[in-house]
Amino acid sequence: MITVSGLRKTYHARRREVVAVNDVDLEVRPGEIFGVLGRSGAGKSTLLRCVNLLERPDAGTVLVDGVELTALSDRKLRAARRRVGMIHQHFALLSSRTVAGNVAFPLEVAGVPRTQRSARVAELLELVGLSDRAGAYPAQLSGGQKQRVGIARALAAEPTVLLSDEATSALDPDTTRSILDLLLDLNRRLGLTILLITHEMDVVKRVCHAAAVMREGRFTESGPVSELLLTEGSELAAGLFPLPAVQTRQGETAFDVTVSGPAADEPLLSELVRELGVDIRLLGGGVETLAATRAGRLRLAVAGRGEDAAGFLRRRGALVTEVTR
Amino acid sequence: MTWSDISDLLWEGFQETAWMVGLSAVLTAVGGLLLGVLLVLTARGGLLAAPPLNALLGLVVNVGRSLPFIILLVAVIPFTRAVVGTTIGTTAAIVPLTIGAIPFYARIVETALREVPADVVSAAIAMGSSRRQIVGKVLLREARPALVAGLTITVIALVGYSAMAGVVGGGGLGDLAIRYGYQRFETEVMIATVVVLVVFVQLIQMLGDVVVRRLSHR
Repeated sequence: MITVSGLRKTYHARRREVVAVNDVDLEVRPGEIFGVLGRSGAGKSTLLRCVNLLERPDAGTVLVDGVELTALSDRKLRAARRRVGMIHQHFALLSSRTVAGNVAFPLEVAGVPRTQRSARVAELLELVGLSDRAGAYPAQLSGGQKQRVGIARALAAEPTVLLSDEATSALDPDTTRSILDLLLDLNRRLGLTILLITHEMDVVKRVCHAAAVMREGRFTESGPVSELLLTEGSELAAGLFPLPAVQTRQGETAFDVTVSGPAADEPLLSELVRELGVDIRLLGGGVETLAATRAGRLRLAVAGRGEDAAGFLRRRGALVTEVTR
Repeated sequence: MTWSDISDLLWEGFQETAWMVGLSAVLTAVGGLLLGVLLVLTARGGLLAAPPLNALLGLVVNVGRSLPFIILLVAVIPFTRAVVGTTIGTTAAIVPLTIGAIPFYARIVETALREVPADVVSAAIAMGSSRRQIVGKVLLREARPALVAGLTITVIALVGYSAMAGVVGGGGLGDLAIRYGYQRFETEVMIATVVVLVVFVQLIQMLGDVVVRRLSHR
């Protein structure tokens, strides 16, 4: 649905070149929620702004729903942008317009007649649960309500994809959860494809089917969350399941064991104990339901027969890495 | 001089001032908005970025703003003749008043438009707005309270400038105060004029504040 290839964007600041996005390839499949995770300054915001060409990339192409945006004239680009919704960290609502007026804005811009506009606006406000605040001004709303207006506005022109620029970063944890739930719901009900950027691991955990980790303008890893978890050295896996320090005793070997999918719900550890007759201690970790998959990551200390234990777990589909203190 | 003489003079002076300030305020609002929008659009990184044109406009505005009004008043006399066919009288005074106030208001407009958050503008671009829609539906609309507050300041400055219109026979309350109150030592006229001016300015400010309050939803 979104295909970005060879994307590069450089800024010139005081005789210094800053490469914000360095040769990034990205593929978001229809109906997928893709998260780009990175710290501030990693270039993820620039990447997102290049997808709807708010920033013109220096090199590379951007395809959305089969249309190469980078090849369009200004006029055609304006029309194409209406098919790409966007929500913003600080909501970017028009303070001089009511909630209904804000949601109607993209329809006005697209030249939709007034009578059709009001029906569509009512429908959208219903969708985000704000029908009773249609006449309020943004200044009278809470952060979560503002973002709901932002989402309704982004969906007004029936876009095929939604871009989310740190949409929950200015919200408290409870509100973040309700906004993420709304995005998931829209994804499921409307088949909406979502590309989001965030610095919050929790966002990836809750909603993303696929993800990339961005660092200094490049993707250091990218792919379906269930696959990344099973990739050796994945930062995403380490971030999703933080583990405590290694504390092994004499004769023990420590392993990190990651499982994803159905394997996460199997009694792997008791089978391991029964099969090999070893003692294991759980040092830390967890099993969780992510948006993409059930997954678990545990740090174990195995007393004796460490190699055999690792082999057993690997045969059952787990990623096993030996860790030393 | 009787009270009725004074009130006749005041009424005439007030009408002249109101005409000069009123018409030049309308022309200034139009000219200042145009110039202010151009300053913002042509700035580096603006929607119609043209740094050389922007520098030129900035220079014109600064020249306009650096001339003391009394000098501008006489300096533009040839231009005034070309526009209104005469260089003396109330209507002739409107030309220098407008020329003096446009750069002043243009800077206020520029500042007001820059206060519109960048992410709101980029959201509008992302929604497929044309430049015209961004200027009309986003920049000018969002900045409306600041634009009206700035226009109030400008109109009050025009009341002040208009006091110098007597130099070109423009009449008005300021001229009345100088000719009667100062040159003929008619203290009552002076005091009455000052009172009328204070009330006039007060009313303009109150009207401006009311409109700003109704437009503002922040």
